[in-house]
Amino acid sequence: MTNLVDNAVTPGDASDGRLRVKFRVNGEQCEVSIDPRVTLLDCLREVLHLTGTKKGCDHGQCGACTVHVGGRRVNSCLALAAAHEGDEIVTIEGLGKPGRLHPMQAAFLENDAYQCGYCTSGQIMSAVALLREPCSPSDDDVREFMSGNICRCGAYANIVRATQQVRREQQNNSSAQPAGA
Amino acid sequence: MQFFDLVRASDAAAAIAAGAESVTAQQGASVRFLAGGTTLVDLMKLGVERPERLIDINRLGLDGIHKQNDGSLFVGATARNSDLAHHPLVRAGYAALSQAILAGASTQLRNTATTAGNLLQRTRCMYFRDPASACNKRKPGSGCPAIAGANRMLAILGTSDACIATNPSDMAVAMLAYDTVVHVQGASGIRQIPLADFYVLPGQRPDIETVLVPGDLVTHVILPAPPAGERSVYLKLRDRASYEFALVSAAAAVTLSGGKIVSARFALGGVGARPWRVGDAERALIGAAPSEMAFRNAAESCLKGARPQSHNGFKVELAKRCIVHAFKQITS
Repeated sequence: MTNLVDNAVTPGDASDGRLRVKFRVNGEQCEVSIDPRVTLLDCLREVLHLTGTKKGCDHGQCGACTVHVGGRRVNSCLALAAAHEGDEIVTIEGLGKPGRLHPMQAAFLENDAYQCGYCTSGQIMSAVALLREPCSPSDDDVREFMSGNICRCGAYANIVRATQQVRREQQNNSSAQPAGA
Repeated sequence: MQFFDLVRASDAAAAIAAGAESVTAQQGASVRFLAGGTTLVDLMKLGVERPERLIDINRLGLDGIHKQNDGSLFVGATARNSDLAHHPLVRAGYAALSQAILAGASTQLRNTATTAGNLLQRTRCMYFRDPASACNKRKPGSGCPAIAGANRMLAILGTSDACIATNPSDMAVAMLAYDTVVHVQGASGIRQIPLADFYVLPGQRPDIETVLVPGDLVTHVILPAPPAGERSVYLKLRDRASYEFALVSAAAAVTLSGGKIVSARFALGGVGARPWRVGDAERALIGAAPSEMAFRNAAESCLKGARPQSHNGFKVELAKRCIVHAFKQITS
């Protein structure tokens, strides 16, 4: 992984209103100097160059920007980065890598759970979190718990299938590696 | 987005002192408390909220949820909506509250949004959210294009000729039915405000939505212990099955004994300028045997004075049926 600290913007001084914030992203400590208006989404993409997290509506309606903060999924477009001092953040880049995919990433590939792919990182971040949430195993409940992630291509049926496949894999192999992040 | 200072409050007193410097605690506030931010940051991006300073209250330890000695439920101001909805005490004693929260927004939003933030969320009226439009709530005196415009989602109760905006909260509807009390710490001390008195009707000043003044910090809410054996439900009717605001919703709770209704309480969402509860409508149910006619009479009483707009007349009948159906579910 790239050195996140070196990629941070030039630290400013108090006069330009920037704030210095430290948090961990995908297991790496990083420190950024940012305008208080910068959302966590823009900080990840524009400052830390982690562009796997996507900007769709930028108003918390589409779910493309979903990341995990403290192990829970949130809309990073509605989070101010400077309010996340000390937090543990995981993005799609922290889940898996080519050749070492997270089971949910592999299941999305196997089940063709996307078309254009723009919403996919948000869908996968939600699906991974969902398996740790009090969501019943029914397809209806999975659909309800995934309703904060919009897919304009309409890959919903295969997204549910991929999510349920990983649930079954986890159940069948309780000794398997925990679902990342 | 307009520039602002972001300050992390070290304790409640510091947050209150900083908040007290705001010109108002209502629309146009120059200082805002930042909790989950799911409403505030959204409206700041739209230019509807333009605070000069944000006070981050997320690290003040206001996120507790626990039962008190008298059996009531304490819910901290910054408890996350997800944590509240899934809490065993809530699921066991306040089913309609759990259901109401889970019927609102998405998991991502519920993981972030807080108790106080949910109570203070703003209307979804499209004219309010668009600064290019006139809006008496955003800019008093500028007019209300919703009255002759797209008002299908808007309110039929508690409105005025200046504003027909709907309070969008599901959580607050259930909390109102459960007689919740809002605890506020402010520059002049501590106040306990019944949720029934927390929101003010729009009248000619729809920019004023609550009784809060600058510096007022909601610290927690208290839900009294429910009557033994009470059953409750939240029924939400909407255009899509998930992730959509209510056209009409009802939180209803009832206790039965010997085939008669001993206690009944209910509130409506999606229809009022504030979450809507009518005491007389509830009292009419006491002593009655559960029946469609009894529930229908209570519903008629609750909707008395409804003033539909050009595109939302359907809400009057839908609200009545919603009440009847909710009570049938918990009395059958």
